[in-house]
Amino acid sequence: MNYRIGRWIADRWVMGVGLLVLAYLALPIIVVAGLSFNRPSNRLSYDFNEFTLDNWTNVCGPAGLCDAVLRSVQIGFLATVFATVLGTLMAFALARHKFFARPAVNVIIFLPMATPELVMGTSLLALFVTGSVALGFWTILIAHVMFCISFVVVTVKARLAGMDARLEEAAMDLYATPFQTFRRVTLPLALPGIVAAALLSFSLSFDDFIITNFNSGTTVTFPMYVWGANQRGVPPQVNVIGTAMFAIALLLVLATNVRRRRGARVA
Amino acid sequence: MESTAGDLHIANVTKRFGIFTAVDDLTLTIPQGAFFALLGASGCGKTTTLRMVAGLEEPTAGQVRLGDRDITRLRPYQRPVNTVFQSYALFPHLDVFENVAFGLRRRKVRQVASQVERMLALVQLEGFTKRRPAELSGGQQQRVALARALINHPQVLLLDEPLGALDLKLRRQMQIELKRIQTEVGITFVHVTHDQEEAMTMADTVAVMNAGRIEQLGRPAEIYEYPATAFVANFLGQSNLLAGEAAGLSGGDVLVSAYEQRFAVPAVRARADQGPVFLGVRPEKLALVADGAAVPAGHQSVAGVVTDSSYVGVSTQYLVRTGWGTELAVFAPNSGTAAPLALGARVTAHWDPRHAFILRREPGEGDRTTPVLDEPDAVGAVS
Repeated sequence: MNYRIGRWIADRWVMGVGLLVLAYLALPIIVVAGLSFNRPSNRLSYDFNEFTLDNWTNVCGPAGLCDAVLRSVQIGFLATVFATVLGTLMAFALARHKFFARPAVNVIIFLPMATPELVMGTSLLALFVTGSVALGFWTILIAHVMFCISFVVVTVKARLAGMDARLEEAAMDLYATPFQTFRRVTLPLALPGIVAAALLSFSLSFDDFIITNFNSGTTVTFPMYVWGANQRGVPPQVNVIGTAMFAIALLLVLATNVRRRRGARVA
Repeated sequence: MESTAGDLHIANVTKRFGIFTAVDDLTLTIPQGAFFALLGASGCGKTTTLRMVAGLEEPTAGQVRLGDRDITRLRPYQRPVNTVFQSYALFPHLDVFENVAFGLRRRKVRQVASQVERMLALVQLEGFTKRRPAELSGGQQQRVALARALINHPQVLLLDEPLGALDLKLRRQMQIELKRIQTEVGITFVHVTHDQEEAMTMADTVAVMNAGRIEQLGRPAEIYEYPATAFVANFLGQSNLLAGEAAGLSGGDVLVSAYEQRFAVPAVRARADQGPVFLGVRPEKLALVADGAAVPAGHQSVAGVVTDSSYVGVSTQYLVRTGWGTELAVFAPNSGTAAPLALGARVTAHWDPRHAFILRREPGEGDRTTPVLDEPDAVGAVS
């Protein structure tokens, strides 16, 4: 009997620990989602006071909130496009061609990821000030593209490294010109890596505070808005934005999973 | 072989990778419609040769011609040549239909569907059009790779170890299949392999390659019965090669002295009649009799002791140690006429001189009786 109980525990304790860790990861998100339906008793209070849909129906209520979100989406989108295109090209160059400076470039690519953001933010600021570039939307964008590129290069390069170079030879052997080979074989096979890199870029850019704070001038992004609002009490609508972002990300992940599963079944 | 308009000519082709010479001044003509096998061990230059015909490598020197047309510098997509790659290189993101249709679509050919259907019927894969390569067995993938290349009606089809990834039974089946398809479509097949049995089964002409050069070229039976070099003698099957000295012609025979014995081999089966030579006899051409028993008239013989015997069904394979220590391989057919020999038995190995052959030997080289074994290439290895 004791043996059985021991066995029952032995078989399940890992599962139990796993569930605890999952709960630990999910808890902050649940709190944010809960608070998005809360009507706080006063501005500085986080207590759960009363259920309401007001925050969701009146998202743009607090002054400047929606402007900041819109600006962050714009910057995130542009930074993603530039970083993904440039980073993908670099990944191809590094994965496919041997050139004189390749080892050096491989190291330089890692630098923005290894450098503390604080250091990068201040040094970028110094650079912009020295070059008398007006701080604002464009300096934020330049900074974001810079640190996103590294992540794109690393992600896409990993995908290309796992790709059989003979597939491209086979395409060429079957009358595909270099452009057609890229369009019909290389790109479709590299695409999952490129999409992952783009999603990563967007979330890195959308959420960046430290570097942005040094180089934004008077421009306010969403993370900076939240930071500023925190001094006077965070409006509950911020939780709505957070919950919505989370829901969109979750839907994207679910959609790709469903597509992949259906693709595997149909094919 | 009716016309010469589509013959594939490889003329004085050399390919170097840095200081390594993969293919060394190779000259070869492959007649239109032939089933041609390039046979050799890993790293002998056979795959490099194939890739130069496909356009995936550019020769360092020399010329590749199809009929009168120089294709040496043409890009792969400009050549009427298609390849069945080692481990197939099927496009994983496309289904069977689109894999097979790939070449037609790139050339903007019309009526793709009917051609693909016909080609899939030829390789017996009807009804598989919607499957992805990952959902096919090795043999099925192999057929898709073949259909994908053949549908373009190339002038030359290149096959790079196409059966290497299949298990033995499937390989035998596909050998027969490939031969059937080649006869049906009449396209020149150039087949690269390290498997001598595969080359002999399928090809009407075999070229044995070693260190970037062709050692011998001919019909499988010609090469097997009368190899040109010691390498060929032990790469294509197995041979007992005894080191000796040729002492010139006597009548129609070349005389050889080896280990204080004298042997004679018909001059038509001698690659040299002076200086250091190998006296060669295939193991199945040797017969064993008990020591002291009569040897058939006209046969030549060597005495020895049985040191090993393995029963392999159709034959029993013996090792016989001669007086000077070399172990000869002897394959005795299990036809039921002779009793098996015990280990340690004193025997005489004898052969008909018309089955022996003489090869040139480098001075100082000793007996060679073990086959040149070659492990299958690791996937992706350049060979």
